[in-house]
Amino acid sequence: MISARDLAERVRSGASAEHAAAAALDSIGEQAGLGAFLHVDRERALASARAIDQRRAKGEPLGALAGVPVAIKDLLATRDAPTTCASKMLTKDGRLETGWRPPYDATVIERLRAADAILIGKTNLDEFAMGSSNENSAFYPVKNPWDEARAPGGSSGGSAASVAAGLSWLALGTDTGGSIRQPAAFCGVVGMKPSHGRVSRYGLVAFASSLDVIGPFANDVADAALLFDVIAGPDPRDSTCSSEDSAECLAALPHGDVVRGLRVGIPREYFQAGLDPAVEVAVRRAADRLASAGNTLVPLSLPHTQYGVATYYLLATAEASSNLARFDGVRFGLRVEAPGADLAQLYAQSRGQGFGAEVKRRIMLGTYALSAGYYDAYYKRAQLARALILEDFRAAFEEVDVLLTPVAPTPAFRLGEKTDDPLTMYLADVYTLPASLAGLPAISLPCGMTAPERGTPALPIGCQLIAGAMQERTLFRAAYTLERLLADLELPSCPARERSRLHHFDAEGFGG
Amino acid sequence: MSITIEEVEHVARLARLELKADETEALAADLSKILDYVAALAELDTQGASPLSHLAVTQLPQRADVVVAPLERATALEEAPRASDGAFAVPQFVEEG
Repeated sequence: MISARDLAERVRSGASAEHAAAAALDSIGEQAGLGAFLHVDRERALASARAIDQRRAKGEPLGALAGVPVAIKDLLATRDAPTTCASKMLTKDGRLETGWRPPYDATVIERLRAADAILIGKTNLDEFAMGSSNENSAFYPVKNPWDEARAPGGSSGGSAASVAAGLSWLALGTDTGGSIRQPAAFCGVVGMKPSHGRVSRYGLVAFASSLDVIGPFANDVADAALLFDVIAGPDPRDSTCSSEDSAECLAALPHGDVVRGLRVGIPREYFQAGLDPAVEVAVRRAADRLASAGNTLVPLSLPHTQYGVATYYLLATAEASSNLARFDGVRFGLRVEAPGADLAQLYAQSRGQGFGAEVKRRIMLGTYALSAGYYDAYYKRAQLARALILEDFRAAFEEVDVLLTPVAPTPAFRLGEKTDDPLTMYLADVYTLPASLAGLPAISLPCGMTAPERGTPALPIGCQLIAGAMQERTLFRAAYTLERLLADLELPSCPARERSRLHHFDAEGFGG
Repeated sequence: MSITIEEVEHVARLARLELKADETEALAADLSKILDYVAALAELDTQGASPLSHLAVTQLPQRADVVVAPLERATALEEAPRASDGAFAVPQFVEEG
């Protein structure tokens, strides 16, 4: 399959963006059973591709993503497509067809349009991004394209599945505690979480504001850098977005070469009990490859890692309980108004019927942690633990340039396997939560496959690189290096992708 | 830590969530289990640490001080479940007279 970079270059040189969009739309239709998308507007997507072809024909210059179909997690506001957050709360009557129509575009969406990308559809997710398996979508779950009995990960499972199955070249996701990195690992694609403050969140429906970040999914590290470069950078409409210029990561990659002399930290807490042996072998092999290429492995300790899950699930739910107060049935979305109900009943009934079980659980946990008498024991305690976790990383990055770890303790688990016990689901986030709490950039990239077993095909395994705050350039350079050093493994692409129209797309395919 | 049904009902009132009886029971069990788990934070030595509420952005941006058009009233009301007289309509919540 050609890269998004190549596709954009070919569209700039006269290839048809409409053909590329049509191929993506056809593949989305053929793979509708995956449940990856919540909303696709074929005619609108084709019209925007035709407009790009017309501008090219007139000799106008085209942007960095010229004609590239990009899938959008349905947590981002798009003015010409419904935005539901996979929740009944953002519909008029509980049906997907009556989704909320935002009056504006998120900043990242404006930037995609300005770069001449094709917004190919809105992807499925765990309701309000709360979940690690995509089973919390109010409409339908997403299936893992490698094995449809398994979860694609979450919460950005639709975006990860879209790229893995060859339904779009690129996708946007959001990551609060691992929601880009874990589904990328489960689906065998690259997923990157930028630093806190690197990408504007204007138009992102907030879950936990001190943690939420928007980032790219792609087939390779360079394509992820391409999309990151388009969305990153200052935005006057988001006061939490840094005014530092974005890092221009694609240009900084060691194209065709590798970086040597990196100090790569291997934190021992990420390789302890609970880690699947196949995952450990694959991640350690990645470490060995880096070492053989002239980089230095540094064993180290991040002693507060084990407190990440407790810290995260107190802070994220506390913030969610506040952020989700805006869904009150008054200004948009679902309103349940029984005859004679007063305003407080209207709120409680709308929220009680609009939110799903996991969202209610988190609002309840967060409200409890913030409530009188419990604030010091839970919320403040978690804020202190967060400071200790941040300090672990600060000390580590005095000695190393990047950290290499697993993304998740296991490959993709089965749908339904963890739904009975929310705590078991939360514990599977152990390796992604600390970088979120510390606001650090991190990337998940494929590093191996499990051995196929009876009834189970080989499944992808991901590894995670973490860099210091705002060090995206270092992160992408290290990830590009590792990807090259693992190229001889010839990791397979997803069988669903090999069948997709994007996979068979070549110069003739869209020459017109 | 065991959370009672009454505590769940109290928190649900604070959170403005109407719960069915089976939801209340399930939440009491789930929250008890989760709070047992997060109690591990109590064992941490936090001497010298200050609570971290947000990650500071290294350079806080200042936008240009120029007037931009706000959202039009009609646009804001387009998705309202109920609107009247150019405003969001809700049940009466103040007694007249």
